[in-house]
Amino acid sequence: MKRWASVIAVVAAALLLGGPAESLAKTEIHLWHAMGGQLGETVNELVKQFNQGQAEYEVKALNKGTYPEVLTGAIAAYRQKNPPHIVQVFDVGTQTMLLSGAIYPIFQLLKEQEIAVNWGDFIKPVTGYYSKDGNLFSMPFNSSSPILYYNKDAFKKAGLSPDKPPATWKEVGEASKKILAAGAAKCGFTTSWPSWTMLENTFPWHDQPFSTNQNGYTGLDTKLLINGEFGVKHIGQLAAWQKEGVYSYGGRMGQPDPKFINGDCAMLIQSSAVIGGFKRSLKFQWGTGQLPHWGAPYRKQNAVVGGATLWVMKGQKPADYKGVARFMKFIAEPHQQMWWHVTTGYLPITQTAIKNLEAGYHFKKNPEQATALGQLSARPTPNSLGHRLGNFVQIREAIESEMENIFAGKKTAKEGLDAAVAKGNEILKEFAAANKP
Amino acid sequence: MKRAVFKNRALPYLLVLPQLAVTLVFFFWPAFESLRLSFFRTSPFGFEKLLASPEYYQSIVNSFVFAFGVTALGVGLGLLVAALATQKVRGLAAYRTAVLWPYGIAPPIAGIIFLFIFHPSYGVLPYWLGFVSAYEFNWLLKGWVAMALVIIATAWTHVGYNIAFFLAGLLAIPTSVLEAASVDGAGGIRRFRSIVLPLLSPITFYLVVVNLIFSFFGSFGVIHAVTQGGPGNATEIMVFKVYKDGFIGLNLGSSAAQSVLLMLVVIVLTAIQFRFVEKKVTYS
Repeated sequence: MKRWASVIAVVAAALLLGGPAESLAKTEIHLWHAMGGQLGETVNELVKQFNQGQAEYEVKALNKGTYPEVLTGAIAAYRQKNPPHIVQVFDVGTQTMLLSGAIYPIFQLLKEQEIAVNWGDFIKPVTGYYSKDGNLFSMPFNSSSPILYYNKDAFKKAGLSPDKPPATWKEVGEASKKILAAGAAKCGFTTSWPSWTMLENTFPWHDQPFSTNQNGYTGLDTKLLINGEFGVKHIGQLAAWQKEGVYSYGGRMGQPDPKFINGDCAMLIQSSAVIGGFKRSLKFQWGTGQLPHWGAPYRKQNAVVGGATLWVMKGQKPADYKGVARFMKFIAEPHQQMWWHVTTGYLPITQTAIKNLEAGYHFKKNPEQATALGQLSARPTPNSLGHRLGNFVQIREAIESEMENIFAGKKTAKEGLDAAVAKGNEILKEFAAANKP
Repeated sequence: MKRAVFKNRALPYLLVLPQLAVTLVFFFWPAFESLRLSFFRTSPFGFEKLLASPEYYQSIVNSFVFAFGVTALGVGLGLLVAALATQKVRGLAAYRTAVLWPYGIAPPIAGIIFLFIFHPSYGVLPYWLGFVSAYEFNWLLKGWVAMALVIIATAWTHVGYNIAFFLAGLLAIPTSVLEAASVDGAGGIRRFRSIVLPLLSPITFYLVVVNLIFSFFGSFGVIHAVTQGGPGNATEIMVFKVYKDGFIGLNLGSSAAQSVLLMLVVIVLTAIQFRFVEKKVTYS
């Protein structure tokens, strides 16, 4: 009995002394994100650097699953009045977050916490996507844009210049046919994230409107415009190429990547964010080029960013937000920007970081890392600022299932896109009704 | 029927209480909550809108094709393998253990395994197929191939469960009956049809009911891992649409309405089976 009493006393003392003492020292800030694998480790490293750099706050990063799961989880947590301080939300969740009423806009946070950030230093196509009335609502974190990857070995085998990636869709078709004829690969090209690369980016890239209301920026009664002449021409060409073997549809998300990795397809259109992975895994010589263009009469505009931003949630203790603001400032600093870019392949998003990288000959040594930035250099027009559609995830689903019907030959490009527009508009209407101001 | 007799009146209720509590908290309460939710947000038009959408009917048709496919394949294969596993062969215990294994594999893992075998981009089978034929095994665009694939994958994960029950049933058939039939000149197939099958009918009935329910409710993992409902909406079964609309589309009202309808479908289906099919079952 006596022994037990002393054990309990020791434990109690430890709890009394140890517990509160530690939690008093640092304020915890919770960050929910969707970065798995290598990317997750990079996030942890970033957080560690912040935590070691100051003594008041402890950021705790937690991987909560895929992008949609993180978004749903954060909304559910907010409804139960226990949200994380910071949540990483992907590009297509922007409209949902903006209208959720659950967020603390980043520009307001930094102003109220009196922490100065030079917003003018951020590159426009990135901030434009996530701004409302000229103010930034969430902190850009991991941004990328779709580019063309090509297999230099296959190009050589087909008698094509390995240093000249096709710049237009016409050239993509011609190069693919030469590659097929020479037996250098089984298919010309494939595309990952079909809706994102072939529609959501291809439309702004040609300065074509994807939807009404300036792609949803100026109102909620938005309607899709992808079944017009341009969309039908582009998707119709892909469907024709699918039949010839020039194009090979490989599924949604990153599923088509292996077709390029194992040499089946000579070209791939995919996010610039896979550069890091390709550097480690590709067994052949490869290069990158900008997203192919249709040429005249279409203007060459800019691509839109994909990826995710960090949103600050309302409903936490007021004192905590000082730490949140400091963490946001920390990740916007050039040093962290450059390190994040070099480690992951995501874009650096401030002019200062880009200049520093140039000064260190980073882009000369790694030309593939400059491709995506080049696509974002033009000043965006209303058609190329970004997309702000409610329930965008569902709309993307509807579009991709109709793309599959088109590529399978079940529907013509016009029929399929008409169906996608009808379904998409239904979803938009529902969102507008549920979010009436 | 044997009846257990308890001296203490309260004891049996006490013993059932934990299971009852689990059922109430994890099944009835969420079901009730779904029913309540289904009248929210888009509602009370949630049901109306749902019943007017062609995708929803497509998902119902898909669910039935899927459920009957999985059940036919799973129960049929289960019976066949169980019958084979009662033969007198060397190493019988090892075989029996091996055939039960797939049941221990979580559905998403099974889905991933099937992806590695069948994926048009990196699967082993399409790769080999490329050597011997020009047929392109592309379920990323061919809906019925995708459906066949998820049916086979799901039936495979569940076949071990069916085998276990059939094995128990087969071993319970008295050998004296079978021997008597042999003496009367009945061959192997005849014995199976006239004696084994009728005696297995309660188990078969049970398995059909359970497999159907499982296919309607519990088959989410494989679909999520393999096709995500595509291509088009070819493999979008009801339970996957519940998930997709609720957790990806964030339309919880419609999602709840769908789960209520799904529950009704399964209740009606099970009731029909008990009402009509069970009559043909002999219990002793």
